[in-house]
Amino acid sequence: MRLFAELIQQLDQTNKTLQKVKAITAYFEKATEADQTWALAILMGRRPRRTIRLNLLWEWTAMEVGLPPWLLEESYHVVGDFAETIALLLPEAESSVNRSLAYYMELIMALENNTDEEKKSIICTEWDQMTYYERFVFLKLITGGFRIGVSHSLVIKAISNYTKVDANAIAHRLSGDWSPLTTSFHDLLFEGDLEALISRPYPFYLAYALEQPVEMLGNPEEWQVEWKWDGIRSQLIKRGSEVFLWSRGEDLITDKFPEFKALKELLPEGTAIDGELLIFSDEGPLSFNVLQTRIGRKNLSPKMLKELPAKILAYDLLEYEGKDIREKPFTERRQLLETLVNALNSNVLAIAEPIRFKNWDELIEIRLRSRENAAEGLMLKRKSSPYETGRRKGNWWKWKIDPLTVDAVLIYAQRGHGRRANLYTDYTFAVWDNGILLPFTKAYSGLTDKELVQVDAFIKKNTREKFGPVRNVTPTLVFEIAFEGINASKRHKSGIALRFPRILRWRTDKKAEEADNLDYLRELLKKYGSNEPSP
Amino acid sequence: MNLIEFNQNGIYCRQGDFYIDPWRPVNKAFITHAHSDHGRWGMKHYIAEHLTARILKYRLSADIDIMGLSYGEVLNVNGVKVSFHPAGHILGSAQIRLEYKGEVWVASGDYKTEDDGLSLPFEPIPCNAFITESTFGLPIYHWQPQKAIFDDVNHWWASNVNQNKTSIIFGYALGKAQRILQNLDLSIGPVFSHGAVDNLNRLFNDEGFKLPATTRVVPEMPKETFKNAIVIAPPSAINSPWLRRFEPYSLAIASGWMALRGARRRRAADRGFALSDHADWQSLNQAIDATGAECVYVTHGYTSVLARWLNEKGLDAKEVKTEYQGELSEIAESQSEDPQDLEENSI
Repeated sequence: MRLFAELIQQLDQTNKTLQKVKAITAYFEKATEADQTWALAILMGRRPRRTIRLNLLWEWTAMEVGLPPWLLEESYHVVGDFAETIALLLPEAESSVNRSLAYYMELIMALENNTDEEKKSIICTEWDQMTYYERFVFLKLITGGFRIGVSHSLVIKAISNYTKVDANAIAHRLSGDWSPLTTSFHDLLFEGDLEALISRPYPFYLAYALEQPVEMLGNPEEWQVEWKWDGIRSQLIKRGSEVFLWSRGEDLITDKFPEFKALKELLPEGTAIDGELLIFSDEGPLSFNVLQTRIGRKNLSPKMLKELPAKILAYDLLEYEGKDIREKPFTERRQLLETLVNALNSNVLAIAEPIRFKNWDELIEIRLRSRENAAEGLMLKRKSSPYETGRRKGNWWKWKIDPLTVDAVLIYAQRGHGRRANLYTDYTFAVWDNGILLPFTKAYSGLTDKELVQVDAFIKKNTREKFGPVRNVTPTLVFEIAFEGINASKRHKSGIALRFPRILRWRTDKKAEEADNLDYLRELLKKYGSNEPSP
Repeated sequence: MNLIEFNQNGIYCRQGDFYIDPWRPVNKAFITHAHSDHGRWGMKHYIAEHLTARILKYRLSADIDIMGLSYGEVLNVNGVKVSFHPAGHILGSAQIRLEYKGEVWVASGDYKTEDDGLSLPFEPIPCNAFITESTFGLPIYHWQPQKAIFDDVNHWWASNVNQNKTSIIFGYALGKAQRILQNLDLSIGPVFSHGAVDNLNRLFNDEGFKLPATTRVVPEMPKETFKNAIVIAPPSAINSPWLRRFEPYSLAIASGWMALRGARRRRAADRGFALSDHADWQSLNQAIDATGAECVYVTHGYTSVLARWLNEKGLDAKEVKTEYQGELSEIAESQSEDPQDLEENSI
């Protein structure tokens, strides 16, 4: 564990990619195989289920340190991280024992079968034998939500350095479903034929946002353009007479969308399709909000399946007749895809049609109509491009429409978490409604560190009331809030819910009285919104 | 009897008609230490411990009207006996003791209880009422001993030497910078100082302190000068073009705030050393206990938390709103008010 804790410490201490890759590579060179497997799982964001309730850990900490619960609460609000707070509060251990990462991971998983009393004695014994950083990492592994600050591609790069295996092959082997409980580092990376791992998806090719003027992309005839849908990016696979549906987060979601099971009979063996999963009404795709309500349901009623039918708009073909065709040019893959999908004549799988345009000026016009087409912008794909791995620049670009915006007044603030711990950075905003300020959304991010500090200082000086960790602030500051969509909502007093709200800029030029009112948001709702489906 | 009250100008003693560390211009001001949030511009008459008086003259103006007192020396102001006592915060820092008709009140300013080997160690003073800071008044703050922290600093410096990087460490120019200088392992390489730091080093050396030798960074120095070197700079130099001449470099911040992962990750620094000139949770509690005060006024920091905690322990503790910043300026989370810092930035 000491070695792994040191790795985490090193990763925390730099924001330079090269340094991070170096640190991870060095870790794998030194670690035992059992630890390698676990470390890989943790770095790739795969962690076991939580086996201890957080409030138990909290109780034991209070007992160990002899402090009242409210003081622990206050500490938590400042630190902004549960595991770190406990690690900071616990008195330093007199001595420490260096056990392996695998030992601790197995210990954490085995706790499932223990009583609370047993759990307490096991955990407290371990605490007493750890250094500060080991405790922090141990608690992070128990509590989950460990943001280590390394991307998948960065880990893959390090593993590739260490194993001397090509990064793309590693990416493919590490995608899909695997667990350190049933495989080892060696088996995962070197054993078995990839084709034998029948459900495994290909790593998704992800686009960067287009930042330069679109004309810079050169000849428009070299590009295919599609709507950028606001659904779930998915990979539909037919292998071994089974159908598998993967989300971009590499979760298997086949069971959530039974409508695609019918494709088992239709799709040819050895097929992998990349596309967007959407919920359709007669008029076209519905908002992401609707999709979310369907994913959230544990049991899918027949009524829901009928009212909220899912459909995949296919835009790429990665595997054809059992062969990986990702190296073929996009146009060739599309031709195969279109022939294949059109022949199925299915009502759950259709082609994502390309947008016809003559020149860039026309495309600029088309993009402005994205919202009316229930899209969040355009996707631009170079016709000659292979299907790449991970987020790459050059051949694919996403070109989103500018967000909707509203000027709102800051009225409540709470301390942030992680990098923003100890600063008031989580805000609630209000718009005017008949002379009173009506809260309608929370939003954070989008401010520079310097602005965050200024707003934090303002909040501390202008607090009217405190309710626990929340401060009611004199309504003074106005911010422009950007958002991607707007929906009617019965759960909110304002009657609206925003999709992906964030702070665009601080309007230091505006007074609170000059902020927008609720009628303005209602107009936007009428224009672009969709209603919340009845449950 | 209330020897001290708090008003819009600062901490006020009515009987003596004077202020302690006022934040607005007043007639007579006793100053605990020379940091810019405590020793401010615009007072008609200043009174401070000798070394602090010397620094204030440098920082504010040579023309300010200021009277120097030694630690322990008593000044009678309309019947109130006023004296300065070591606070252990930075060189020249003092607690201010007021005594009137047997009643004793102590204003601590900023303090730490660990002996840093440079400033005179904190002296517990028995009193009826104690005014304490609370910059790090939460149980999550627990400082490592100074030696352990400087072992880490020196280790970081040595490993940068191995990677051919210049080490740059940020700490407040007054106090923290000298504490860092005093504890560096000079066998690793040469030590350089930012102008704002160097000016204060010279001032202390003139006053008879023997700080380790350091070279002032000046514009015409060629890059090779900084091979194997460590540079001590004020936080205002973070993200400034002044850093370019040292490339490639590794940046570190020395501040109590660096104890938290979030605060460390928020800065563009490679390392954070939790080195503070303020008392941690345990030291605050011990210092308050040692005064025997039944009444405690909690100022700047986690005031409400520390006040509530002390109340639960059976003391009469109150929260007081002031305009002191604690250690914020050390991590450049507030604008530097120190004119020297700003001048040196434009080099």
